[in-house]
Amino acid sequence: MSVTTTESPAVLASPLQLARPPQETLRWLKETGGRLALAATGLILPLLLLGLWQYAVEHQWLAVQILPPPQLVWESLRDLWQSGDLQSNIQISLSRIGWSSLIGISAGVLLGLALGVSRTFRAYVYPTFHVVSQFPVVGWIPLLIIFLGIGEALKIAAITLAVVVPVTVQTYKGIANIPRVLLEVARVYRYSFAQVIWRVVLPAALPALFSGVRQGVMQAWLSLVFVELLASSEGIGYLMVWGRQLLQLDLVVVGIIIIGLVGVVLDLALRWLEGRLQGWRRAAF
Amino acid sequence: MTTSTISSDASLPQLRRFDWRGLVLPAGFLLVWALVTALGWVNTKLIPPPQAVLSTAVSFIGKAQFFNGLGASLWRDLAGFAIGSLAGVVFGALLGVSRWAGRIVGPTFHTLKHIALFAWLPLISTWLGQGDAAKVLFIGLSAFYPVALGALEGVHGIARSQLEVARVYGFGRVQLLFKLILPGASPQILAGLHLALIYAWLATIGAEYLLAKSGPGIGDAVIQGKAAFDVPLVIFGMLLIGLVGALFNQIANRIEARLLRWRDARH
Repeated sequence: MSVTTTESPAVLASPLQLARPPQETLRWLKETGGRLALAATGLILPLLLLGLWQYAVEHQWLAVQILPPPQLVWESLRDLWQSGDLQSNIQISLSRIGWSSLIGISAGVLLGLALGVSRTFRAYVYPTFHVVSQFPVVGWIPLLIIFLGIGEALKIAAITLAVVVPVTVQTYKGIANIPRVLLEVARVYRYSFAQVIWRVVLPAALPALFSGVRQGVMQAWLSLVFVELLASSEGIGYLMVWGRQLLQLDLVVVGIIIIGLVGVVLDLALRWLEGRLQGWRRAAF
Repeated sequence: MTTSTISSDASLPQLRRFDWRGLVLPAGFLLVWALVTALGWVNTKLIPPPQAVLSTAVSFIGKAQFFNGLGASLWRDLAGFAIGSLAGVVFGALLGVSRWAGRIVGPTFHTLKHIALFAWLPLISTWLGQGDAAKVLFIGLSAFYPVALGALEGVHGIARSQLEVARVYGFGRVQLLFKLILPGASPQILAGLHLALIYAWLATIGAEYLLAKSGPGIGDAVIQGKAAFDVPLVIFGMLLIGLVGALFNQIANRIEARLLRWRDARH
Protein backbone atom coordinates (compact mmCIF):
# COMPACT_ATOMS: atom_id res chain seq x y z
CA MET A 1 0.00 0.00 0.00
CA SER A 2 2.75 2.43 0.93
CA VAL A 3 4.49 1.82 -2.36
CA THR A 4 1.49 2.88 -4.42
CA THR A 5 0.79 5.93 -2.31
CA THR A 6 4.32 7.26 -2.51
CA GLU A 7 4.74 6.60 -6.19
CA SER A 8 1.43 7.79 -7.53
CA PRO A 9 1.87 11.57 -7.50
CA ALA A 10 5.00 11.13 -9.60
CA VAL A 11 3.16 8.71 -11.81
CA LEU A 12 0.37 11.15 -12.45
CA ALA A 13 2.80 13.96 -13.19
CA SER A 14 4.92 12.02 -15.60
CA PRO A 15 3.80 12.24 -19.27
CA LEU A 16 5.49 8.92 -19.98
CA GLN A 17 2.95 7.23 -17.77
CA LEU A 18 0.02 8.24 -19.96
CA ALA A 19 0.24 4.80 -21.47
CA ARG A 20 -1.00 3.48 -18.17
CA PRO A 21 -4.65 2.47 -18.46
CA PRO A 22 -6.81 5.19 -16.92
CA GLN A 23 -9.02 2.59 -15.22
CA GLU A 24 -6.10 1.62 -13.03
CA THR A 25 -5.53 5.18 -11.84
CA LEU A 26 -9.23 5.53 -11.34
CA ARG A 27 -9.33 2.38 -9.28
CA TRP A 28 -6.38 3.57 -7.25
CA LEU A 29 -8.15 6.87 -6.58
CA LYS A 30 -11.29 4.99 -5.61
CA GLU A 31 -9.43 2.67 -3.26
CA THR A 32 -7.50 5.49 -1.63
CA GLY A 33 -10.68 7.49 -1.31
CA GLY A 34 -12.36 4.49 0.28
CA ARG A 35 -9.51 4.08 2.75
CA LEU A 36 -9.59 7.76 3.63
CA ALA A 37 -13.35 7.61 4.14
CA LEU A 38 -12.89 4.54 6.31
CA ALA A 39 -10.24 6.29 8.40
CA ALA A 40 -12.51 9.31 8.69
CA THR A 41 -15.43 7.21 9.96
CA GLY A 42 -13.05 5.69 12.49
CA LEU A 43 -12.29 9.16 13.78
CA ILE A 44 -15.93 10.11 14.34
CA LEU A 45 -16.25 8.41 17.72
CA PRO A 46 -12.97 9.68 19.22
CA LEU A 47 -13.84 13.22 18.14
CA LEU A 48 -17.33 12.89 19.59
CA LEU A 49 -15.87 11.64 22.87
CA LEU A 50 -13.37 14.48 22.93
CA GLY A 51 -16.20 16.93 22.30
CA LEU A 52 -18.24 15.38 25.11
CA TRP A 53 -15.25 15.60 27.43
CA GLN A 54 -14.76 19.29 26.61
CA TYR A 55 -18.47 19.95 27.00
CA ALA A 56 -18.55 18.18 30.36
CA VAL A 57 -15.60 20.25 31.56
CA GLU A 58 -17.11 23.53 30.40
CA HIS A 59 -20.43 22.81 32.05
CA GLN A 60 -18.67 21.50 35.16
CA TRP A 61 -20.44 18.17 35.33
CA LEU A 62 -17.56 17.03 37.52
CA ALA A 63 -15.05 18.96 39.60
CA VAL A 64 -11.94 20.02 37.70
CA GLN A 65 -9.78 17.97 40.06
CA ILE A 66 -11.71 14.87 39.06
CA LEU A 67 -12.12 15.62 35.37
CA PRO A 68 -9.17 17.56 33.99
CA PRO A 69 -9.86 19.55 30.80
CA PRO A 70 -8.42 18.05 27.61
CA GLN A 71 -6.28 21.13 27.15
CA LEU A 72 -4.64 20.65 30.56
CA VAL A 73 -3.87 17.02 29.71
CA TRP A 74 -2.30 18.13 26.44
CA GLU A 75 -0.22 20.78 28.23
CA SER A 76 0.98 18.31 30.88
CA LEU A 77 1.91 15.89 28.15
CA ARG A 78 3.89 18.61 26.39
CA ASP A 79 5.55 19.83 29.58
CA LEU A 80 6.53 16.31 30.61
CA TRP A 81 7.93 15.69 27.15
CA GLN A 82 9.89 18.92 27.04
CA SER A 83 11.38 18.41 30.50
CA GLY A 84 12.42 14.90 29.47
CA ASP A 85 10.61 13.30 32.43
CA LEU A 86 8.30 11.40 30.15
CA GLN A 87 11.06 9.92 28.02
CA SER A 88 13.11 8.86 31.03
CA ASN A 89 10.11 7.19 32.65
CA ILE A 90 9.16 5.41 29.42
CA GLN A 91 12.75 4.33 29.00
CA ILE A 92 12.83 2.88 32.52
CA SER A 93 9.60 0.96 31.93
CA LEU A 94 10.73 -0.31 28.52
CA SER A 95 14.11 -1.46 29.73
CA ARG A 96 12.37 -3.45 32.47
CA ILE A 97 10.22 -5.09 29.81
CA GLY A 98 13.26 -5.75 27.66
CA TRP A 99 15.31 -7.45 30.34
CA SER A 100 12.49 -9.58 31.69
CA SER A 101 11.41 -10.57 28.20
CA LEU A 102 14.94 -11.66 27.43
CA ILE A 103 15.20 -13.76 30.59
CA GLY A 104 11.63 -15.00 30.39
CA ILE A 105 11.78 -16.02 26.74
CA SER A 106 15.07 -17.89 27.20
CA ALA A 107 13.80 -19.72 30.26
CA GLY A 108 10.43 -20.41 28.65
CA VAL A 109 11.91 -21.79 25.43
CA LEU A 110 14.27 -24.07 27.37
CA LEU A 111 11.52 -25.29 29.65
CA GLY A 112 9.05 -25.77 26.78
CA LEU A 113 11.69 -27.58 24.75
CA ALA A 114 12.50 -29.93 27.62
CA LEU A 115 8.80 -30.56 28.26
CA GLY A 116 8.17 -31.21 24.59
CA VAL A 117 11.15 -33.41 23.87
CA SER A 118 11.65 -35.51 26.97
CA ARG A 119 8.85 -37.74 28.16
CA THR A 120 10.57 -38.32 31.50
CA PHE A 121 11.08 -34.62 32.17
CA ARG A 122 7.45 -34.04 31.31
CA ALA A 123 6.30 -36.72 33.74
CA TYR A 124 8.24 -35.15 36.60
CA VAL A 125 7.77 -31.46 35.90
CA TYR A 126 4.56 -30.93 33.94
CA PRO A 127 2.03 -31.57 36.75
CA THR A 128 3.70 -28.97 38.96
CA PHE A 129 4.01 -26.52 36.07
CA HIS A 130 0.40 -27.14 35.13
CA VAL A 131 -0.85 -26.12 38.58
CA VAL A 132 1.55 -23.25 39.24
CA SER A 133 1.07 -21.70 35.79
CA GLN A 134 -2.62 -21.22 36.52
CA PHE A 135 -1.84 -18.96 39.50
CA PRO A 136 -2.47 -15.33 38.60
CA VAL A 137 0.89 -13.57 38.27
CA VAL A 138 -0.34 -10.65 40.32
CA GLY A 139 -0.88 -13.00 43.27
CA TRP A 140 2.86 -13.63 43.65
CA ILE A 141 3.79 -10.01 44.01
CA PRO A 142 3.34 -9.45 47.80
CA LEU A 143 5.52 -12.48 48.50
CA LEU A 144 8.11 -11.25 46.01
CA ILE A 145 8.07 -7.86 47.73
CA ILE A 146 8.88 -9.54 51.03
CA PHE A 147 11.78 -11.48 49.53
CA LEU A 148 13.13 -8.92 47.09
CA GLY A 149 12.09 -5.53 48.43
CA ILE A 150 10.61 -3.00 46.03
CA GLY A 151 13.73 -2.45 43.93
CA GLU A 152 14.53 -3.39 40.38
CA ALA A 153 14.82 -7.10 41.28
CA LEU A 154 11.12 -7.18 42.15
CA LYS A 155 10.06 -5.75 38.80
CA ILE A 156 12.30 -8.03 36.79
CA ALA A 157 11.18 -11.12 38.74
CA ALA A 158 7.47 -10.31 38.56
CA ILE A 159 7.49 -9.52 34.85
CA THR A 160 9.71 -12.47 33.99
CA LEU A 161 7.15 -14.76 35.62
CA ALA A 162 4.50 -13.25 33.35
CA VAL A 163 6.61 -14.03 30.26
CA VAL A 164 7.75 -17.54 31.15
CA VAL A 165 4.33 -19.17 31.36
CA PRO A 166 2.91 -18.38 27.90
CA VAL A 167 6.26 -18.94 26.18
CA THR A 168 6.66 -22.33 27.83
CA VAL A 169 3.09 -23.40 27.11
CA GLN A 170 3.21 -22.37 23.47
CA THR A 171 6.65 -23.88 22.84
CA TYR A 172 5.48 -27.12 24.36
CA LYS A 173 2.24 -27.07 22.35
CA GLY A 174 4.15 -26.26 19.18
CA ILE A 175 6.45 -29.23 19.69
CA ALA A 176 3.59 -31.55 20.62
CA ASN A 177 1.89 -30.65 17.32
CA ILE A 178 4.89 -31.37 15.08
CA PRO A 179 3.81 -33.93 12.47
CA ARG A 180 5.39 -37.30 13.09
CA VAL A 181 6.45 -37.44 9.43
CA LEU A 182 8.98 -34.64 9.93
CA LEU A 183 10.70 -36.56 12.70
CA GLU A 184 10.71 -39.73 10.58
CA VAL A 185 12.37 -37.87 7.72
CA ALA A 186 14.97 -36.61 10.18
CA ARG A 187 15.59 -40.18 11.28
CA VAL A 188 16.01 -41.31 7.69
CA TYR A 189 18.63 -38.61 7.23
CA ARG A 190 20.34 -39.86 10.41
CA TYR A 191 20.19 -36.46 12.06
CA SER A 192 21.95 -36.19 15.39
CA PHE A 193 19.91 -35.06 18.41
CA ALA A 194 21.27 -31.52 18.12
CA GLN A 195 20.39 -31.45 14.42
CA VAL A 196 16.87 -32.68 15.10
CA ILE A 197 16.36 -29.91 17.66
CA TRP A 198 17.96 -27.20 15.56
CA ARG A 199 16.69 -28.12 12.12
CA VAL A 200 13.34 -29.76 12.77
CA VAL A 201 11.90 -29.11 16.21
CA LEU A 202 12.68 -25.42 16.64
CA PRO A 203 11.70 -24.30 13.12
CA ALA A 204 8.48 -26.32 13.27
CA ALA A 205 7.60 -24.96 16.70
CA LEU A 206 8.58 -21.40 15.81
CA PRO A 207 5.12 -20.03 14.90
CA ALA A 208 3.61 -21.33 18.14
CA LEU A 209 6.64 -20.18 20.06
CA PHE A 210 6.31 -16.73 18.65
CA SER A 211 2.65 -16.46 19.50
CA GLY A 212 3.75 -17.37 23.03
CA VAL A 213 6.31 -14.56 22.91
CA ARG A 214 3.65 -12.11 21.83
CA GLN A 215 1.29 -13.16 24.60
CA GLY A 216 4.19 -13.10 27.04
CA VAL A 217 5.32 -9.58 26.19
CA MET A 218 1.75 -8.25 26.41
CA GLN A 219 1.34 -10.00 29.76
CA ALA A 220 4.64 -8.51 30.85
CA TRP A 221 3.40 -5.03 29.99
CA LEU A 222 0.21 -5.63 31.99
CA SER A 223 2.16 -6.89 35.01
CA LEU A 224 4.70 -4.10 34.78
CA VAL A 225 1.98 -1.47 34.94
CA PHE A 226 0.58 -3.28 37.97
CA VAL A 227 3.92 -3.52 39.78
CA GLU A 228 4.72 0.10 39.04
CA LEU A 229 1.35 1.14 40.44
CA LEU A 230 1.79 -1.01 43.55
CA ALA A 231 5.40 -0.40 44.49
CA SER A 232 7.71 1.85 42.56
CA SER A 233 9.64 5.07 42.66
CA GLU A 234 10.02 5.60 38.92
CA GLY A 235 8.41 4.54 35.65
CA ILE A 236 5.08 5.34 33.97
CA GLY A 237 3.01 3.64 36.67
CA TYR A 238 4.73 5.68 39.34
CA LEU A 239 3.94 8.86 37.44
CA MET A 240 0.26 7.92 37.65
CA VAL A 241 0.37 7.09 41.37
CA TRP A 242 2.04 10.42 41.96
CA GLY A 243 -0.59 12.28 39.96
CA ARG A 244 -3.36 10.43 41.78
CA GLN A 245 -1.94 11.32 45.19
CA LEU A 246 -1.59 15.00 44.31
CA LEU A 247 -5.03 14.84 42.70
CA GLN A 248 -3.51 15.96 39.42
CA LEU A 249 -5.63 13.73 37.26
CA ASP A 250 -4.11 15.21 34.13
CA LEU A 251 -1.00 13.18 34.98
CA VAL A 252 -3.13 10.06 35.38
CA VAL A 253 -4.72 10.60 31.98
CA VAL A 254 -1.30 11.25 30.44
CA GLY A 255 -0.21 7.93 31.96
CA ILE A 256 -3.16 6.11 30.43
CA ILE A 257 -2.43 7.62 27.01
CA ILE A 258 1.25 6.68 27.18
CA ILE A 259 0.47 3.16 28.38
CA GLY A 260 -1.95 2.75 25.49
CA LEU A 261 0.57 4.08 22.98
CA VAL A 262 3.32 1.79 24.25
CA GLY A 263 0.84 -1.10 24.10
CA VAL A 264 -0.01 -0.31 20.47
CA VAL A 265 3.66 0.05 19.52
CA LEU A 266 4.63 -3.20 21.26
CA ASP A 267 1.79 -5.05 19.55
CA LEU A 268 2.64 -3.64 16.11
CA ALA A 269 6.34 -4.42 16.54
CA LEU A 270 5.62 -7.99 17.60
CA ARG A 271 3.15 -8.51 14.75
CA TRP A 272 5.70 -7.19 12.30
CA LEU A 273 8.36 -9.52 13.68
CA GLU A 274 5.95 -12.42 13.57
CA GLY A 275 5.14 -11.64 9.95
CA ARG A 276 8.85 -11.61 9.12
CA LEU A 277 9.33 -14.95 10.81
CA GLN A 278 6.36 -16.49 9.04
CA GLY A 279 7.68 -15.17 5.74
CA TRP A 280 10.98 -16.82 6.40
CA ARG A 281 9.14 -20.02 7.17
CA ARG A 282 7.26 -20.02 3.91
CA ALA A 283 10.42 -19.28 2.00
CA ALA A 284 12.27 -22.10 3.69
CA PHE A 285 9.87 -24.87 2.77
CA MET B 1 -4.06 -33.97 17.44
CA THR B 2 -7.63 -34.82 16.71
CA THR B 3 -9.26 -32.24 18.94
CA SER B 4 -11.09 -29.27 17.49
CA THR B 5 -8.90 -26.47 16.24
CA ILE B 6 -10.53 -23.77 18.30
CA SER B 7 -9.42 -23.65 21.86
CA SER B 8 -8.69 -20.64 23.96
CA ASP B 9 -5.06 -19.70 24.03
CA ALA B 10 -5.25 -19.85 27.77
CA SER B 11 -5.86 -23.57 27.86
CA LEU B 12 -2.92 -25.77 28.68
CA PRO B 13 -2.48 -29.29 27.43
CA GLN B 14 -4.41 -31.37 29.93
CA LEU B 15 -3.04 -33.96 32.29
CA ARG B 16 -4.10 -37.38 31.13
CA ARG B 17 -3.96 -39.61 34.18
CA PHE B 18 -2.33 -39.76 37.56
CA ASP B 19 1.42 -40.37 37.58
CA TRP B 20 3.33 -40.57 40.86
CA ARG B 21 6.37 -38.97 39.22
CA GLY B 22 4.50 -35.66 39.16
CA LEU B 23 4.59 -35.64 42.95
CA VAL B 24 8.38 -35.83 43.20
CA LEU B 25 8.98 -32.15 42.51
CA PRO B 26 6.47 -30.70 45.01
CA ALA B 27 7.48 -33.26 47.64
CA GLY B 28 11.15 -32.50 47.12
CA PHE B 29 10.45 -28.77 47.35
CA LEU B 30 8.54 -29.23 50.61
CA LEU B 31 11.31 -31.42 52.01
CA VAL B 32 14.05 -28.89 51.18
CA TRP B 33 11.91 -26.09 52.57
CA ALA B 34 11.30 -27.99 55.83
CA LEU B 35 14.97 -28.98 56.14
CA VAL B 36 16.55 -25.57 55.58
CA THR B 37 14.14 -23.95 58.01
CA ALA B 38 14.53 -26.70 60.64
CA LEU B 39 18.32 -26.58 60.43
CA GLY B 40 18.28 -22.82 60.74
CA TRP B 41 20.14 -22.18 57.47
CA VAL B 42 17.80 -19.33 56.59
CA ASN B 43 16.20 -16.51 58.51
CA THR B 44 12.92 -18.09 59.63
CA LYS B 45 11.40 -14.66 59.99
CA LEU B 46 11.77 -14.20 56.25
CA ILE B 47 11.23 -17.82 55.24
CA PRO B 48 8.94 -19.46 57.77
CA PRO B 49 8.85 -23.26 58.05
CA PRO B 50 6.00 -25.08 56.26
CA GLN B 51 4.35 -26.01 59.54
CA ALA B 52 4.05 -22.31 60.44
CA VAL B 53 2.19 -21.71 57.19
CA LEU B 54 -0.03 -24.69 57.95
CA SER B 55 -0.87 -23.52 61.46
CA THR B 56 -1.56 -20.00 60.18
CA ALA B 57 -3.81 -21.48 57.54
CA VAL B 58 -5.71 -23.54 60.11
CA SER B 59 -6.23 -20.65 62.50
CA PHE B 60 -7.08 -18.24 59.66
CA ILE B 61 -9.66 -20.57 58.18
CA GLY B 62 -11.31 -20.67 61.62
CA LYS B 63 -11.83 -16.91 61.64
CA ALA B 64 -14.87 -15.11 60.31
CA GLN B 65 -12.48 -12.81 58.42
CA PHE B 66 -11.55 -15.69 56.15
CA PHE B 67 -15.05 -16.56 55.00
CA ASN B 68 -16.06 -12.93 54.69
CA GLY B 69 -12.92 -12.17 52.73
CA LEU B 70 -13.18 -15.14 50.40
CA GLY B 71 -16.89 -14.52 49.94
CA ALA B 72 -16.37 -10.83 49.20
CA SER B 73 -13.62 -11.56 46.67
CA LEU B 74 -15.64 -14.24 44.90
CA TRP B 75 -18.74 -12.06 44.86
CA ARG B 76 -16.85 -9.16 43.27
CA ASP B 77 -15.21 -11.47 40.80
CA LEU B 78 -18.44 -13.09 39.65
CA ALA B 79 -20.44 -9.86 39.62
CA GLY B 80 -17.80 -8.15 37.49
CA PHE B 81 -17.50 -11.21 35.27
CA ALA B 82 -21.26 -11.38 34.71
CA ILE B 83 -21.63 -7.69 33.90
CA GLY B 84 -18.51 -7.50 31.76
CA SER B 85 -19.13 -10.64 29.75
CA LEU B 86 -22.79 -9.81 29.10
CA ALA B 87 -21.78 -6.38 27.84
CA GLY B 88 -18.97 -8.02 25.87
CA VAL B 89 -21.26 -10.47 24.03
CA VAL B 90 -23.74 -7.76 23.11
CA PHE B 91 -21.06 -5.29 22.05
CA GLY B 92 -18.97 -7.82 20.12
CA ALA B 93 -21.97 -9.28 18.31
CA LEU B 94 -23.26 -5.82 17.36
CA LEU B 95 -19.84 -4.81 16.13
CA GLY B 96 -19.64 -7.99 14.08
CA VAL B 97 -23.13 -7.84 12.59
CA SER B 98 -23.41 -4.18 11.74
CA ARG B 99 -20.98 -2.91 9.18
CA TRP B 100 -21.46 0.69 10.29
CA ALA B 101 -20.97 -0.08 13.95
CA GLY B 102 -17.78 -1.89 12.98
CA ARG B 103 -16.54 1.10 11.02
CA ILE B 104 -17.38 3.73 13.57
CA VAL B 105 -16.68 1.97 16.85
CA GLY B 106 -14.17 -0.67 15.73
CA PRO B 107 -11.03 1.50 15.43
CA THR B 108 -11.63 3.12 18.83
CA PHE B 109 -12.27 -0.26 20.45
CA HIS B 110 -9.17 -1.85 18.92
CA THR B 111 -7.05 1.08 20.10
CA LEU B 112 -8.45 1.22 23.62
CA LYS B 113 -7.93 -2.51 24.18
CA HIS B 114 -4.18 -1.89 24.06
CA ILE B 115 -4.28 0.13 27.26
CA ALA B 116 -2.94 -2.23 29.92
CA LEU B 117 -5.88 -2.92 32.18
CA PHE B 118 -4.46 -1.70 35.47
CA ALA B 119 -3.86 1.75 34.00
CA TRP B 120 -7.60 2.42 34.33
CA LEU B 121 -7.64 1.73 38.04
CA PRO B 122 -6.31 5.09 39.32
CA LEU B 123 -8.92 6.91 37.22
CA ILE B 124 -11.78 4.57 38.16
CA SER B 125 -10.92 4.76 41.84
CA THR B 126 -10.85 8.56 41.73
CA TRP B 127 -14.30 8.66 40.22
CA LEU B 128 -15.97 5.86 42.14
CA GLY B 129 -13.97 5.67 45.35
CA GLN B 130 -12.14 2.64 46.71
CA GLY B 131 -15.23 0.56 47.39
CA ASP B 132 -17.00 -2.25 45.59
CA ALA B 133 -18.39 -0.06 42.81
CA ALA B 134 -14.92 0.77 41.49
CA LYS B 135 -13.70 -2.81 41.88
CA VAL B 136 -16.69 -4.41 40.18
CA LEU B 137 -16.53 -1.91 37.30
CA PHE B 138 -12.84 -2.62 36.87
CA ILE B 139 -13.35 -6.40 36.97
CA GLY B 140 -16.17 -5.99 34.48
CA LEU B 141 -13.84 -4.11 32.16
CA SER B 142 -11.28 -6.91 32.41
CA ALA B 143 -13.93 -9.47 31.41
CA PHE B 144 -15.39 -7.25 28.69
CA TYR B 145 -12.42 -7.19 26.30
CA PRO B 146 -11.83 -10.92 25.75
CA VAL B 147 -15.56 -11.68 25.43
CA ALA B 148 -16.14 -8.79 23.02
CA LEU B 149 -13.15 -9.88 20.92
CA GLY B 150 -14.36 -13.50 20.98
CA ALA B 151 -17.89 -12.54 19.92
CA LEU B 152 -16.57 -10.28 17.16
CA GLU B 153 -14.28 -12.99 15.84
CA GLY B 154 -17.03 -15.58 16.10
CA VAL B 155 -19.56 -13.50 14.18
CA HIS B 156 -17.02 -12.76 11.47
CA GLY B 157 -16.36 -16.49 11.19
CA ILE B 158 -19.94 -17.32 10.24
CA ALA B 159 -20.07 -18.34 6.59
CA ARG B 160 -22.07 -16.24 4.16
CA SER B 161 -23.81 -19.37 2.88
CA GLN B 162 -25.26 -20.00 6.33
CA LEU B 163 -26.71 -16.51 6.40
CA GLU B 164 -28.21 -17.12 2.96
CA VAL B 165 -29.84 -20.33 4.12
CA ALA B 166 -31.30 -18.43 7.06
CA ARG B 167 -32.61 -15.78 4.67
CA VAL B 168 -34.22 -18.46 2.50
CA TYR B 169 -36.02 -19.80 5.56
CA GLY B 170 -37.21 -16.27 6.23
CA PHE B 171 -35.64 -15.95 9.68
CA GLY B 172 -36.61 -12.86 11.59
CA ARG B 173 -34.12 -10.79 13.55
CA VAL B 174 -34.67 -12.68 16.79
CA GLN B 175 -34.41 -16.05 15.07
CA LEU B 176 -31.31 -14.89 13.27
CA LEU B 177 -29.74 -13.94 16.60
CA PHE B 178 -30.63 -17.09 18.52
CA LYS B 179 -30.47 -19.68 15.75
CA LEU B 180 -27.57 -18.47 13.65
CA ILE B 181 -25.40 -15.76 15.18
CA LEU B 182 -25.06 -16.91 18.77
CA PRO B 183 -24.66 -20.65 18.01
CA GLY B 184 -22.31 -19.89 15.12
CA ALA B 185 -20.12 -17.67 17.24
CA SER B 186 -20.36 -19.82 20.36
CA PRO B 187 -16.91 -21.48 20.20
CA GLN B 188 -15.15 -18.13 20.10
CA ILE B 189 -17.52 -16.63 22.64
CA LEU B 190 -16.81 -19.52 24.99
CA ALA B 191 -13.08 -19.13 24.47
CA GLY B 192 -13.54 -15.44 25.27
CA LEU B 193 -15.54 -16.27 28.39
CA HIS B 194 -12.84 -18.66 29.49
CA LEU B 195 -10.19 -15.96 29.14
CA ALA B 196 -12.53 -13.50 30.83
CA LEU B 197 -12.84 -15.77 33.85
CA ILE B 198 -9.05 -15.84 34.18
CA TYR B 199 -8.70 -12.09 33.68
CA ALA B 200 -11.53 -11.31 36.09
CA TRP B 201 -9.77 -13.16 38.88
CA LEU B 202 -6.49 -11.44 38.06
CA ALA B 203 -8.32 -8.10 38.12
CA THR B 204 -10.06 -8.95 41.39
CA ILE B 205 -6.79 -9.68 43.14
CA GLY B 206 -5.03 -6.74 41.49
CA ALA B 207 -7.79 -4.31 42.45
CA GLU B 208 -7.80 -5.61 46.02
CA TYR B 209 -4.05 -5.18 46.27
CA LEU B 210 -4.05 -1.70 44.81
CA LEU B 211 -7.13 -0.46 46.64
CA ALA B 212 -6.47 -2.33 49.88
CA LYS B 213 -7.65 -0.53 53.00
CA SER B 214 -11.33 -0.82 52.63
CA GLY B 215 -13.48 -3.83 53.34
CA PRO B 216 -12.92 -7.56 53.29
CA GLY B 217 -11.24 -9.57 50.55
CA ILE B 218 -8.43 -12.09 50.15
CA GLY B 219 -6.23 -9.51 48.49
CA ASP B 220 -6.81 -7.10 51.36
CA ALA B 221 -5.89 -9.81 53.87
CA VAL B 222 -2.64 -10.52 52.01
CA ILE B 223 -1.71 -6.84 51.87
CA GLN B 224 -2.42 -6.50 55.60
CA GLY B 225 -0.28 -9.58 56.19
CA LYS B 226 2.50 -8.03 54.15
CA ALA B 227 2.30 -4.78 56.11
CA ALA B 228 2.47 -6.71 59.40
CA PHE B 229 5.30 -8.87 58.01
CA ASP B 230 3.18 -11.95 58.62
CA VAL B 231 4.94 -14.09 56.02
CA PRO B 232 2.96 -17.29 56.69
CA LEU B 233 -0.28 -15.40 56.07
CA VAL B 234 1.06 -13.97 52.80
CA ILE B 235 2.14 -17.42 51.62
CA PHE B 236 -1.19 -18.94 52.56
CA GLY B 237 -3.11 -16.12 50.88
CA MET B 238 -1.04 -16.51 47.74
CA LEU B 239 -1.68 -20.25 47.62
CA LEU B 240 -5.38 -19.66 48.14
CA ILE B 241 -5.49 -17.08 45.33
CA GLY B 242 -3.59 -19.43 43.05
CA LEU B 243 -5.79 -22.40 43.81
CA VAL B 244 -9.00 -20.44 43.25
CA GLY B 245 -7.54 -19.30 39.91
CA ALA B 246 -6.65 -22.88 38.95
CA LEU B 247 -10.09 -24.09 40.02
CA PHE B 248 -11.83 -21.46 37.87
CA ASN B 249 -9.70 -22.51 34.94
CA GLN B 250 -10.55 -26.19 35.42
CA ILE B 251 -14.27 -25.47 35.68
CA ALA B 252 -14.08 -23.37 32.52
CA ASN B 253 -12.24 -26.18 30.72
CA ARG B 254 -14.93 -28.69 31.68
CA ILE B 255 -17.81 -26.42 30.69
CA GLU B 256 -16.19 -25.47 27.41
CA ALA B 257 -15.49 -29.09 26.49
CA ARG B 258 -19.04 -30.13 27.37
CA LEU B 259 -20.78 -27.29 25.55
CA LEU B 260 -18.70 -27.77 22.43
CA ARG B 261 -19.22 -31.52 22.23
CA TRP B 262 -21.79 -31.03 19.48
CA ARG B 263 -19.08 -29.66 17.22
CA ASP B 264 -16.78 -32.62 17.57
CA ALA B 265 -19.61 -35.05 17.04
CA ARG B 266 -20.07 -33.84 13.47
CA HIS B 267 -16.49 -34.41 12.42
